Amino acid sequence: MTRSRFSWHQLRDSQLFWPLLALALILLFNLFFTPGFYNVEIKDGHLSGFLIDILNRGSILMLLATGMTMVIATGGVDLSVGAVVAISAATATVLINPALATELISSEELIKDVTSTPLWMCITAALLIATLCGLWNGLLVSRGKIQPMVATLVLMVAGRGIAQLITHGQIITVYYTPYFFIGNGYLLGLPFPLFIAIFVYLCTWLWARRTAFGMFVESIGINAQSSFLSGINEKNIKLAVYTFCGFCAGIAGLIYSSNVKSADANNAGLNLELDAILAVVMGGTLMSGGRFSLLASVIGALVIQSTTTTMYAIGVPAMAASAIKGLVVLVVILLYSEQTKLVLTRVVERVGARS
Amino acid sequence: MTNKLKIDRKFMPLLATVGVFALLYLYGFLQYKGMRQPQAFFNLFINNAFLLITSIGMTFVILSEGIDLSVGAVIALTSVASAALLENYGMNPVLVIVLMLLMGTLFGGIMGAIIHFFKVQPFIVTLAGMFFARGMCFFISLDAIPIKDPLYRTMALTRIQIPGFERAFLSLSAVIAIVVLIVGMYVAHFTRYGRSIYAIGGNEQSALLMGLPVGRIKVSVYALNGFCSALAGIVFSISLLSGHGLYAVNVELDAIASVVIGGTLLTGGQGYVFGTLFGVLVTGLIQMLIQFNGELSSWWTRIAVGALTLIFIGVQSLFTSRRKKRQALGRASLIDVEAKTAVPMEDKLTTGSA
Repeated sequence: MTRSRFSWHQLRDSQLFWPLLALALILLFNLFFTPGFYNVEIKDGHLSGFLIDILNRGSILMLLATGMTMVIATGGVDLSVGAVVAISAATATVLINPALATELISSEELIKDVTSTPLWMCITAALLIATLCGLWNGLLVSRGKIQPMVATLVLMVAGRGIAQLITHGQIITVYYTPYFFIGNGYLLGLPFPLFIAIFVYLCTWLWARRTAFGMFVESIGINAQSSFLSGINEKNIKLAVYTFCGFCAGIAGLIYSSNVKSADANNAGLNLELDAILAVVMGGTLMSGGRFSLLASVIGALVIQSTTTTMYAIGVPAMAASAIKGLVVLVVILLYSEQTKLVLTRVVERVGARS
Repeated sequence: MTNKLKIDRKFMPLLATVGVFALLYLYGFLQYKGMRQPQAFFNLFINNAFLLITSIGMTFVILSEGIDLSVGAVIALTSVASAALLENYGMNPVLVIVLMLLMGTLFGGIMGAIIHFFKVQPFIVTLAGMFFARGMCFFISLDAIPIKDPLYRTMALTRIQIPGFERAFLSLSAVIAIVVLIVGMYVAHFTRYGRSIYAIGGNEQSALLMGLPVGRIKVSVYALNGFCSALAGIVFSISLLSGHGLYAVNVELDAIASVVIGGTLLTGGQGYVFGTLFGVLVTGLIQMLIQFNGELSSWWTRIAVGALTLIFIGVQSLFTSRRKKRQALGRASLIDVEAKTAVPMEDKLTTGSA
């Protein structure tokens, strides 16, 4: 009896418990209300269906959530990931597109299956620029001593402008087939982006948990001052974390632009920063920093993505879905809040006293 | 002498903003013929009326060491909801306006209550609020709803002549914004409520120990901001005569940027509502200059506003770190404290003799 209760507590206190429960609830909801949600069929040699779709689209969010988890664990936040996604997407597509968005050329030449820059160079350039964006954020936060929310807000405001600058204000469409593989390809019947996301997650996990880095990050999140006094190079760790977040956003931008075969500086990655933060919060990492779980964040990302996909499946307009998302998030945050537990116990006590 | 310098430092961010505005305006004045007309200056108010109103609400929130990311969404929600009520239900426009203001206040109040009573970061609660409000817009209508109400139309077309200038006028929305500005300045600097907001922003713990009703004030600040955003939404729908869920995207960022450029510290407790006016004017002026230029594309506005925000934040953090250092020094040596207290005494004497 005591044994089972103990393990129940252990289960409940695990960071994985709540996101998994939420995921289970959504999947249960779909079992009853969304016909055909669990249908997985083979189309053109790969799997397809709602579940696969969640994994495919969720991989962008998983990537962002992985980077964001580390940032939030240091007690910071990165609001610029959406803009960085747009910048990375813009860079990659501009390099592929032979027009470079500067001159008008005939449409036949434009839709040729060629690239003006080798693919590896496009990818490297996009990732490099995204990493630089992250580095910039990191410098502002660690060296400039600016509040993370504000420091990254700057790039959030200016970032879309920079992306517009790269694309010259146009929506750049690409027709280069090898590039499509990043976002649309399938490996072993599963979407390729999923493999990228899992790979990045595994690398990050090794980096955070098989070296002391994760512990340093947590210690900074709990108390930056005392971490510094105990000899942890707080500045460089913050710098590394933001840079890494930018890098993750860069990969996400590649996947995104390859998936929709174009880059729209205004709308690429719009509101993604919010989704990423929500995924991390749902994964139980506190906004004030400290203990984090990468796996919980990744599951949180899946929860957010399944919620979105479910709403589309039951016919809620894409834009209206955000209202429900907002409510879900609020409920989750309140569930996690220590204060809620306090208020609830107080109410229960009061009712008990009355009766 | 030292005291005078101190006052200068207090007003420095504000003066810097006014200076930036004056320099930019001078540049435009010399460069473009169109900007030499007085109407160009008044157009700044007309075009940015809704931004000014919502930025004033945001100033209060930031002064109390909070943040509100939902303002843009509330503006959009107000525009859609009022358009739907007016056109689809034929409601009385005055009643609609009152209802919208109530809705905004209630929305802000609920967010404030969650922030205060559940001790959740304002940033995340208002983020959820933003999601919610934006989504609700599309539950009401997926398409833009035009407003054909006669009262709204007359309000949109009303031009108020400015005495002293021959062909210069202000729109009704600009006048509303200026009234809000004056009321905001009065509330912030001349009422007990305003002082309490500064006190909470400066140090919530000591405000609580001083016996200020911290909870009530914090909740009311968000309610006030909700009211301002709803009012901004009404002004917005009057000027566009339609309502849609995709209106006023990123306005929360513009509002925060304007407040910061206006010299209000994001750490709360310091700043002026008057500064916000210049923050908005600078933002509007950059946009106007880019329009007059004609060659630069509109996205330069975003880059310029971002860069300017960064500069002001950088200067702010420099100031705060220096003040902290000074405070630390003050704590360390008693002599320094004595010297500090001695300064006003001296000053009193000099002012007395003058």
